[in-house]
Amino acid sequence: MSITLPSGLSPDAPVIAPHVTLTSVSEEVSSRVLIDRAPLWWWVGFGISFALLIVLVVQMAWLFINGIGVWGVDIPVAWGFAIAEYVWWIALASGGTIVSALFFLTRSPWRSATNRIAESMLLSAAPCAGLMPIMHLGRPGLFYWLFPYSNVMGVWPQPRSPLWWDFICLICYIIMSVFYYYTGILPDLATVRDLAQTKRKRILYGILALGWRGSAAEWQNQRVVYAIMSAIMAPMVVSVHSVVGLDFAAGLTPGWHDTQFSPYFYFGAIVSGTAVIVMLTILVRWGYNLQDVLTEYHFNAMAKLILVGSLMLMYAYVWESFGPMYGSGVAEKTEYYQRIFGFTSPAFWAEKVLTVVIPQLLWFPFVRRNQLLLLLICSGIIVGMWQERYVFVISSLAHNYMPSSWGVFYPTFWDWAALAGTIGLFLTLFFLFLRFAPIVSIAEVREIIEQEKSK
Amino acid sequence: MAIFTPRANLFMNAALIGAVLLGACLLLAIRVVPVIGYNTQERFAPEQPIPFSHKHHVSGLGLDCRYCHTKVETSSSAGMPSTAICMTCHSQVWRNAAMLAPDRQSLAENIPLRWNRVYTLPDYVFFDHSIHIAKGVGCTECHGPIGDMDLTWKARTLYMSWCLSCHRDPAPHLRPRDQVTTPDWRRTPSTPSGEALMADYHVHTENLSDCGVCHR
Repeated sequence: MSITLPSGLSPDAPVIAPHVTLTSVSEEVSSRVLIDRAPLWWWVGFGISFALLIVLVVQMAWLFINGIGVWGVDIPVAWGFAIAEYVWWIALASGGTIVSALFFLTRSPWRSATNRIAESMLLSAAPCAGLMPIMHLGRPGLFYWLFPYSNVMGVWPQPRSPLWWDFICLICYIIMSVFYYYTGILPDLATVRDLAQTKRKRILYGILALGWRGSAAEWQNQRVVYAIMSAIMAPMVVSVHSVVGLDFAAGLTPGWHDTQFSPYFYFGAIVSGTAVIVMLTILVRWGYNLQDVLTEYHFNAMAKLILVGSLMLMYAYVWESFGPMYGSGVAEKTEYYQRIFGFTSPAFWAEKVLTVVIPQLLWFPFVRRNQLLLLLICSGIIVGMWQERYVFVISSLAHNYMPSSWGVFYPTFWDWAALAGTIGLFLTLFFLFLRFAPIVSIAEVREIIEQEKSK
Repeated sequence: MAIFTPRANLFMNAALIGAVLLGACLLLAIRVVPVIGYNTQERFAPEQPIPFSHKHHVSGLGLDCRYCHTKVETSSSAGMPSTAICMTCHSQVWRNAAMLAPDRQSLAENIPLRWNRVYTLPDYVFFDHSIHIAKGVGCTECHGPIGDMDLTWKARTLYMSWCLSCHRDPAPHLRPRDQVTTPDWRRTPSTPSGEALMADYHVHTENLSDCGVCHR
């Protein structure tokens, strides 16, 4: 049985506005990069992001000088914002790969204009994710011990440690994502190079384009490599995010020790990652005047993805409560009771409302196409997802097996500074992508235009 | 005019090869730099207030290690000899040697001599001499040919990998307990095997390389 969601769009609704031509899309998208002065909104956005990035630098300096005692983490809640936000950021990044790689494999037409936004988002979010565990280390300067390098200690990294799983996953994921992004953007860089007016830009984009001439053989190779990388990336992101789930599932802590957390986290990644892509797409669409290329078709498709993701997440939430109820563990039951009625309860209930209840509005076609509503729903999802990670990490540690060792967690100013700072890092990187790289895949949009013509 | 001539390929290839070579050099450096003598300070003899010669006192005169390092069997530190120990002999021999002036001054002022450390371990490593002596690890296993040293020099890297090489496989480094302080001891056909000594001294390797053995 299949369910068709009425979109309100006609069945042959154009993915791209009909008057967009092969030439105009190249010129439009390239001109955003080649423009001599960035628009005012870019400078405002970049300025705010950069100010937040400075908050991160100050926060890290203060943290590294004084140690993680400046945060609210303590015994029993030894994992605080840093770990919750690590999961949160990696979920956002994973969402980018899901949109970009998985929907490349399914040949979804809406993916072609949004994939670059998704990949830029993921490359901006992944460093934030990577920074969190490093900041969380007691001796952050020694994080390189996680590399299996030839050392004089005579020991290798402990492969049974979740810290090492995280490290291996993240490093593989970031390296693969960089190559994936670069493989995809190569023809676009050549387009930008060819349209560049100044010598400096020609040299810069000429070097980046690696001598791409657009011959049939080059296209053939590029498409094959890209398809293979997509086929690797799509399952890889599942395993990367599953390992993040295993970090918790492998711990003998009530509320964490459950086999469902790998898919649970993955569902969260679909929802929150797509939500942030929708928000950024709206930003790019209005900021760069790309209403013809990023159409209602795209928002409709991504909103459906969010809806599906939030339904899957709802399923995971049901199991989250079913597990403790069905099982015989007193600690599991107590922890879950504390989670939903204890000091984390406001965040717990808000998170459920924001991530699975409110997104149900997306059943309505007009909501899926209304950008203001999408913006509100998506920001709600991202905040809700942050709360979910927060509740998940804090509550279990606060209500472990020994009631005598229960505790609470109060974030300090520096906890919030770390959050604000990584948002600054994320946005700074994204604004740089926006300024210096074609934010819409020119080559793939041109392919879509050809397909539209032949319809 | 074209910005990129065919020669641009040359630069690109050179850059790529250069990057690979740089990476290879870096890997090599990570492997090599820590083990060069300058960093390990192997065979390096620090300046001492008195140029004490183990060669003369141990191999020449036949003093036992424990005559001066009195606490080695009972304490984590081997113990440096007190001025009084030096004076058991040097109140009689070489009484006026200029070389021994700091020794006499120390005795007169009742301030211990300040020797310079040759073997430095970080504070997070808890090394215990007594347990090693008790389990039949000879002095020279770590201190090298101490009986032949004119000035005391560092004989081992003291890297953790070196510690672990023995903690993971102690048998070749064990000797009968009564031979622990013999500076020129050699294994003979009649010496019990390392495995036999391990069994004899209850040396169990299964937890000998646990973190907590050295880092508490």
